[in-house]
Amino acid sequence: MSFLPLARKAGAATLAALLLGAAPAALMAATPADTLVIAAAIDDIVSLDPAEAYEFSGLDVVNNTYDGLVEINPATLALEPGLAESWSVADDGVTYTFKMKAGVTFASGNPVTAEAAAYSLQRAVKVNKTPAFILNQFGWTAENVDAMITGAGDTLTLKVDKPFAPTFLYNCLTAGVASIVDAETVKTHDVGGDMANEWLKNNSAGTGAYVLKSYKPNEGVILEARPGYWRGDAILKNVFIQHIPEAATERLQIEKGDVDIARALTPTDVAGLEGNADVSVVTDVGGQVYYLSFNQKNEMYKNAKFLDAMRWAIDYQGMADTIMKGAVIPHQSFLPQGYLGALDDLPYSLDIEKAKALLAESGVKDPVVTLTVRNAADRMDISQSIQNTFGQAGIKVDLKVGEGAEVLKDYRARLHDATLQTWGPDYPDPNTNSSTFAENPDNSDEAGATGYLAWRNAYDPGAMTAASQAAVMERDPEKRKVMYADIQKTHRETSPFILMFQQARQTAMRSNVQGFYAGGAVDAASFWLVTK
Amino acid sequence: MAPVNSAQSSDAAAQSSAALRFASQSANTLFSLFITFIGLLAVTFLISRVIPIDPVTAILGERATGEQIAALTQKLGLNDPLWKQFGIYVWDVFHGDLGQSVRTRDPVLTEIGRYFPATLELSTLGILIGVIVGIPAGVLGATKPGSWRDLFVRLVGLMGYSMPVFWLGLMGLLLFYGELGWVGGPGRLDSMYEMMIDVTVPPVTHMILIDTALAGEWDMFWNALSHIILPASLLGYLSMAYISRMTRSFMMNELGQEYITTARVKGMPERRVVWVHAMRNVAVPLITVVALSYAYLLEGAVLTETIFAWPGLGRYITDALLVADMPAVLGGTIVVGAVYIGINMLSDFLYRLADPRAR
Repeated sequence: MSFLPLARKAGAATLAALLLGAAPAALMAATPADTLVIAAAIDDIVSLDPAEAYEFSGLDVVNNTYDGLVEINPATLALEPGLAESWSVADDGVTYTFKMKAGVTFASGNPVTAEAAAYSLQRAVKVNKTPAFILNQFGWTAENVDAMITGAGDTLTLKVDKPFAPTFLYNCLTAGVASIVDAETVKTHDVGGDMANEWLKNNSAGTGAYVLKSYKPNEGVILEARPGYWRGDAILKNVFIQHIPEAATERLQIEKGDVDIARALTPTDVAGLEGNADVSVVTDVGGQVYYLSFNQKNEMYKNAKFLDAMRWAIDYQGMADTIMKGAVIPHQSFLPQGYLGALDDLPYSLDIEKAKALLAESGVKDPVVTLTVRNAADRMDISQSIQNTFGQAGIKVDLKVGEGAEVLKDYRARLHDATLQTWGPDYPDPNTNSSTFAENPDNSDEAGATGYLAWRNAYDPGAMTAASQAAVMERDPEKRKVMYADIQKTHRETSPFILMFQQARQTAMRSNVQGFYAGGAVDAASFWLVTK
Repeated sequence: MAPVNSAQSSDAAAQSSAALRFASQSANTLFSLFITFIGLLAVTFLISRVIPIDPVTAILGERATGEQIAALTQKLGLNDPLWKQFGIYVWDVFHGDLGQSVRTRDPVLTEIGRYFPATLELSTLGILIGVIVGIPAGVLGATKPGSWRDLFVRLVGLMGYSMPVFWLGLMGLLLFYGELGWVGGPGRLDSMYEMMIDVTVPPVTHMILIDTALAGEWDMFWNALSHIILPASLLGYLSMAYISRMTRSFMMNELGQEYITTARVKGMPERRVVWVHAMRNVAVPLITVVALSYAYLLEGAVLTETIFAWPGLGRYITDALLVADMPAVLGGTIVVGAVYIGINMLSDFLYRLADPRAR
């Protein structure tokens, strides 16, 4: 066979050509000096229109391209003036006045006016996409919002339908849906009455540090800094968020320095990066809380001592230290850390003897808990640990595994027995979790109130419903805080919910990168303070 | 008089009957393609209705009220009888409307149009590598069966079948990108070029290698090549495993035929015997093998795409499935089905070229 040497030569020549051509390009792979390159999983983005963006990655982009009347300080996570320099509420409790900051311009150069602010909020209500409900809570509808929110000169007047706690309004105004858009520009891109919803998917019209230059779904987002940002120009001129769904790939990239920040690493990858002098890992909390809940259609779960027995039969710290290391922190109340009124204490821990004693006192014999859990590695690990510790306490657990959508369907239909779930807050105010964990106005099947987690578990919180509804109307912020603390304490001692963890996020950065803030549980990521 | 006329008329008759045969064959082919396609739509449609995933909750989300759910169910026509829903669906598909993605509200066809070129580029390069390496490898094994070369080829092929593709991909990335730095990382271009490409390269085909070459942006071209070479080689390796096996098998069969012995006895150089005479006969079934491998790659290699962050069809369909975005899944399936059908047609055509008996 004489073709073999020929084939060999041809093959070698091709490979050499490819490598020769490829090598110089590959060697130049480190990130450009003026660009922040971030590797993240951004396939959750539905839209970059602030009135529509509601998923984490979308809100991250919106946070850097738009600002609101009230803002959250990236470093301290405290409320601070945004495009409004001051605000006040009248004695009637329903009329708010905001004074707009002078001299701020949109990226287009148009000045920020109270009219633009009013338009932005009206628009969000009228476009009526997923996050619009955050604004609807204040009694704003497409029909009345033009009258309820008015702006003239540098004064914006907001009327709400009930005398809510002012902190409730201020917190909600920090949400992405309340971003202020460049009314002039937006109006010119209206197509068929969509109020530029289509155009804003690929373009931005805000006051933020960056302008959206390009968005390719499942590929990447490119942001370009705008001059004249009211908080001071962004230090890095460009941001490129690359969609890298595989954590192991992100890890390779950050090790090689091809990305500056990697956001979707798993705890295993983080452990592997230990000792790497070029990479530092920063841990932060997220808003999701992990909980077990029990369907009170099963009489067993109305037994207070039985519920208590279960609370002491979970290895919270053990799981957080091992199987969920880096992914969660132990947290035992329904408001995530960072929220007004959150409780950081951890009254419960694994105590099998105590659990056994409580089980005996409860009078429940040979209990069997059917635990529905989503088919994901972390959920499975948690549920197996629970199965183990419950078993030691004398409670048998049968695991029922299903796909996310399927599990959710049963849960919403009150068909589960017990379930392991997570809940992400909808907006940065305690009412978001309080209203769903601790309120249930109508516990009947017919009510179909799937929006309330309490309803899904056939649980009537009794006096807590009224207490939670009162807390959102409490105008004194300190009193409000105490009310939520009390509700959470009662809730964790008496409800068929067991709060176990709060999400933790680990971000890997090249050691020369400073000033990146992921936003904790209440805010989205901020890029404009990053240096490298 | 009679002979001339009858000769002429029989010529004309022969021509028109050949044309008629061609027309009827084509009609037959098109008809069976149509039936296959409808069958595909029926199966995917049925599956989507049988899966216990509620598209309405998927659209409206966690906070939906009972009324909203009922209203949307009615609006989406989900209360209509199945056959009616199917009819509407088929009608839409033939008008180029593959529905709207439940998640993004964008037309599914537009979204697929965004991801398909990336898959096309990757798969085409992959199959080229698979063919260029696989066929000679198979021939190598067939000409000296049982030799160390043959065993080596078969071993390498076996590894391609058996090792999990995501592991191979990660190992490849670790070695060639992580350690050696010979190839570009995940994604189609370096971040620097990703930032520039929309400005400097007009999107003619949406396949970066072609577009950058057409635009004369050679730096970007080489960079894109450095990024595509590893995932394409991975896919090529997987195809090569199959192609080399089949080539070896076909070739061994051919080389045992009498005409080969005759040719050898006549003193023909071995290279001609194998590559000209035997290969011509192996080409026909090999076309099918290559066509099937190509179609398999075109449906999107979701694991490869995940590891290399390649924005292709495989990820699109898989992600859609996991969030119960049925219009997107169905749309993707239909496109893949259409591609398969198209490739079948192409291979049929190539058959006719390669095999005179089939004309």
